[in-house]
Amino acid sequence: MCLAVPGKVLSIDESVPDLRMSEVDFGGVIRNICTQWVDVEIGEYILVHAGVALCKVNTEEALATLNDFEFIASALEQQRNSD
Amino acid sequence: MNTITCPIPKIENERILLAHGGGGRMTGKLIHDIFYPAFSNPLLEQQHDGAVFNAGNSRLAYTTDSFVVDPIFFPGGDIGDLAINGTVNDLACCGAVPLYLTAAFIIEEGFAISDLKKIVSSMKRAADKAGVSIVTGDTKVVDRGKCDRIFINTSGVGIVLEGININPTRTKAGDAVIISGRIAEHGISILTCREGLSFESSIKSDTASLNNMLRNLLEEVPSVHVLRDPTRGGVASTLNEIAESANVTIELDEASLPVSPQVEAACELLGFDPLYVANEGGVLVIVPEEYAQKTTELLRNHPEGRNACRIGSVVSEGKAQVRLRTIVQSSRIVDMISGEQLPRIC
Amino acid sequence: MKYIDEYRNSPHFISLAEAIKRKCSRPCAIMEICGGQTHSIAKYQLESLLPESIELIHGPGCPVCVTPIEKIDLAVELSLRPNFIVASFGDMMRVPGSELSLLSAKARGADISIVYSPLDALALAQKHPDKEIVFLAIGFETTAPLHALVIKEAQRRGVRNFSLLTSLFTVPAALSSLLGDKDNRVNALLAAGHVCAVTGYGQYFRIARHFKTPIVVTGFEPMDILYGIYHALCLLEEKNYTVVNGYKRIVSAEGNTKAQEAINEVFEFCDNEWRGLGYIDQSGLKIRDSYQQFDALYRFKTERNIRKAAPVCISGAIMKGLSHPYRCDQFGKGCVPEHPLGAPMVSSEGVCAAYYRYMK
Repeated sequence: MCLAVPGKVLSIDESVPDLRMSEVDFGGVIRNICTQWVDVEIGEYILVHAGVALCKVNTEEALATLNDFEFIASALEQQRNSD
Repeated sequence: MNTITCPIPKIENERILLAHGGGGRMTGKLIHDIFYPAFSNPLLEQQHDGAVFNAGNSRLAYTTDSFVVDPIFFPGGDIGDLAINGTVNDLACCGAVPLYLTAAFIIEEGFAISDLKKIVSSMKRAADKAGVSIVTGDTKVVDRGKCDRIFINTSGVGIVLEGININPTRTKAGDAVIISGRIAEHGISILTCREGLSFESSIKSDTASLNNMLRNLLEEVPSVHVLRDPTRGGVASTLNEIAESANVTIELDEASLPVSPQVEAACELLGFDPLYVANEGGVLVIVPEEYAQKTTELLRNHPEGRNACRIGSVVSEGKAQVRLRTIVQSSRIVDMISGEQLPRIC
Repeated sequence: MKYIDEYRNSPHFISLAEAIKRKCSRPCAIMEICGGQTHSIAKYQLESLLPESIELIHGPGCPVCVTPIEKIDLAVELSLRPNFIVASFGDMMRVPGSELSLLSAKARGADISIVYSPLDALALAQKHPDKEIVFLAIGFETTAPLHALVIKEAQRRGVRNFSLLTSLFTVPAALSSLLGDKDNRVNALLAAGHVCAVTGYGQYFRIARHFKTPIVVTGFEPMDILYGIYHALCLLEEKNYTVVNGYKRIVSAEGNTKAQEAINEVFEFCDNEWRGLGYIDQSGLKIRDSYQQFDALYRFKTERNIRKAAPVCISGAIMKGLSHPYRCDQFGKGCVPEHPLGAPMVSSEGVCAAYYRYMK
């Protein structure tokens, strides 16, 4: 229902009240994005929907999910071996 | 459960929509329903980017194309070099050496002469690079608002190389499908500078003339079956046309599609599929399997072909279809474009 | 792109598909709510990786598909007025109204603008102070806060020629309606990750318990969706009717509270019509009276002239999992992307378009 893409914050502009804008790098494509609702610092990743940041990307959880893929794969491997 | 109803819309059939010029199914329908019946003749029915016919002792290729790109200046080029390269490439894709071009200009009243000079000088540069001359032309100026700054039409003739027979119907099961460069760069470079969508990026249009590269290829690999530049409608739509002409199934390998990281990112943001985005400096080459390696290497010797790679194969005959082997090793249909891709949020 | 590629192109997809097969002891129907997930499932043909005993039901989470035809007709009508510009996302441009889509209105001379962000529509209004800019604002809870933001920003900037024609939907009420339907056959739900990025998933526990239907908050890449299905099966096997977050890099339990506050400040709940599903109580959002100067419905009196038409599109039955595009008489015949009979054939998230494009 909603296309949203992660990008990396390059700079933050707080000159307009209630409308914090940030330059965000999406794999080499850069666009101004509203980051009013996320507490974000330069270098962090945010999820952007239609020009507005919805949340920060939780990098620890991102890694944990990838580890979980590995865990499921290795558990399966063990199960296969014991079959 | 209640009866589910959805009102039937009255379809707007009687007017031209932008999608009729999008290079997809609606364009095809317009050509088949209106132009072919009216102009019907054997040359037209070749349904190629250009017509190939005998004149004296030579075989000539003849083609035309109109250019209405907005914006007229974009990263990597402008409407001028696009107008030259487009027609040169259409001739080269007929297996011809392009010789002479015409250029016709429709200009809006009030257009800056300095911009016209810029466009004309890039046309000259592009023509010199391709080795063609612009030998005749026409100029019309229309009232303000009757056209958008400047439209250019070019047409061109060339001599088809001896012993070369480029024709989509020659596509056979077992052939290799090769692309000469990264895809979707032109279409995305245009979009990134349109009002309302502006992105900063270093994506440049791939506009380039390919005739020198293709001549070299045809001299070394005369048994090339098909050359086609995947412009409007992108790689997907062009391959669908070829599959339909030859009644073959083409299978692409998703992992092998050459897309630059920036173009991929721009496509993610806009919700586009790069397979449907226009190219202006790339060519699809279909060759018998035994020449696949050689073809790729030859293309890579040229700057326009440095990213050439194989993207798929013709897998069977008897069913016109383009399929894609996905990165998760499933297989799906790649349909022809239906209407222009529009940026989406869902 | 970072945080996408790793979940799209993973060496472990075969293992995950195999783990799903081993987990699945009996037939079950899992509904992915969101059209974005439907699009991924079709694009990567994920169903071909799953055992036959798992049926995926493609839910109603496509704002384009569920926007009632009346809203499209209103937008078209406004767009044809002199000195009006109607702006919307590209998604809405081809959706058929009862006579015209926005794109075909454009061919008749209407001024239509495609924008990437609601903020771009506001910028358009400031650029054309002599015109009325009406923004057809569609979406679920993901997009609703953006519309709230732009209304507040228009007020702050004192822009008077800008209004929204809203068609905003909320997920929980629709889920309760679907799961409470006597014909319901959904055993587990994949909740829409990007909706939950805003709302969190607190409200889903009650639904999971009440309807004995486990819910997994799920992302959009192939691995995310397989991971969601895997967790749904685990919960079904354990008869554990709860909510699991399978999209932790994006979704937190509480969601984005600032975005929620923006929604609450500008919008209030209302009963809403879902194209194909009918009216559902408290399943939508409308602009509060305090912001009514930005409500196109309040600002512009419109003559509604809706055609009565025959029940041909079966989108509602498809979204409830009671039918399937392949079982629709019109699919691929009278109804194709160039000439859609219903919205699901138009939107790239629409189930019919997804099936037509990738599997016909």
